[in-house]
Amino acid sequence: MENKNKLYDLIIIGAGPAGLGASIYASRYKLKNLIIGSEVGGQVVEAAEIENYAGFNSISGRDLMKKFQEQAENLGAEIIQSEADDIKKIGDGFEVSAGTGEKYKSKSVILALGMNPRKMNIPGEDRFIGKGISYCATCDAMFFTNKTVAVIGGGDSAAAATVHLSEFANKIYLIHRGKMRFKPALAEQIKQDSKIEIVDSAGIKEIKGDQTVKSIVYESEKGEKEIPVQGVFVEIGAVPKVVIAKNLGIKMDEQEYIIVDQAQKTNMENVYAAGDVTTGSNKFRQIITAVAEGAVAAGSAYRQLITHNS
Amino acid sequence: MVMEFTDQNFEEEVLKSDKPVLVDFWAPWCGPCQMMGPITDELAKEFGDKAKIGKLNVEDNKEMASQYGIMSIPAIKIFKNGEMVKEFIGVQNKETLAEELK
Repeated sequence: MENKNKLYDLIIIGAGPAGLGASIYASRYKLKNLIIGSEVGGQVVEAAEIENYAGFNSISGRDLMKKFQEQAENLGAEIIQSEADDIKKIGDGFEVSAGTGEKYKSKSVILALGMNPRKMNIPGEDRFIGKGISYCATCDAMFFTNKTVAVIGGGDSAAAATVHLSEFANKIYLIHRGKMRFKPALAEQIKQDSKIEIVDSAGIKEIKGDQTVKSIVYESEKGEKEIPVQGVFVEIGAVPKVVIAKNLGIKMDEQEYIIVDQAQKTNMENVYAAGDVTTGSNKFRQIITAVAEGAVAAGSAYRQLITHNS
Repeated sequence: MVMEFTDQNFEEEVLKSDKPVLVDFWAPWCGPCQMMGPITDELAKEFGDKAKIGKLNVEDNKEMASQYGIMSIPAIKIFKNGEMVKEFIGVQNKETLAEELK
């Protein structure tokens, strides 16, 4: 059990690739570090197959993140599986409140907050989460075996979800408000699949149903149309998870990504940020860039702490 | 210890239980479900014989998954005296679940 009065050198908020990567480096710098994150592995655990992380030809997101976690823990990371609710600047250091009600103190902080799936914000969305609306096609495709579903979105994640769902559902409408842009390999698969019907330039207006989803209403140039579906998979990207950073006074760009310099420093001393939530790495938002930003952030925290202590 | 609930033992172990029961509906292909593993392990340790904590694999136990209208996993349902009293969609932290089991 961790000592609540212990002063950590570093608290890392977020347990995805950036947070775990930061911890691995921090431990090797002998920084006493604590990770607080609601979901160990972050968004990556939803990826069925990863083929672009160096060192692995193909690996599932959850297997890769298990390896990250094992390595971080072997090197000495403590992980608290909980949302971090608040960060306060107190004197020279920080106090982080976890969703567990416990408070933890540190000299420095890395914000590896990650992203939340973007919501459609239309009538019916909240009501039918888990009752036909899903944000994870790999998790929930099986429940729609022989059913009709809609996938909302126009990017590669929408295309990948559609191709995955095609193994289960009878009919898939792929609906997007603009023109769709997919990787050539996915575009080809979609084109050749007779179960998939593309509806472009159509905005979703409403999800309807009783106990579960029964239909979706969209509007295009031809007017409003309601089509019967039992499932709706939302794949319209993600938004940075920045509430606690905002409250602390961290600067963000107009899209609410945390502004960092090349050392992953934010506008506040001893606060660093890493991973998808930052403006770093040309906003490439890959696992490998998240890990790299975490490593750089840990290195920067280490240098600041030894300078300060000597 | 985390129990294994099935279509066959659900009535006996969950619905007829005299203690609160947590059922974690999961599947092997679901990444976020794997993240629930350590949480249910800890809950089982913490509650000992005061509550039953168990998992139900929706792939092998389609009857119960369908009866309880599972359309998104991880789904966690809490039963008291044979009635479902609370349900959650998505990964939950230990404290939230512990609160409902008391």
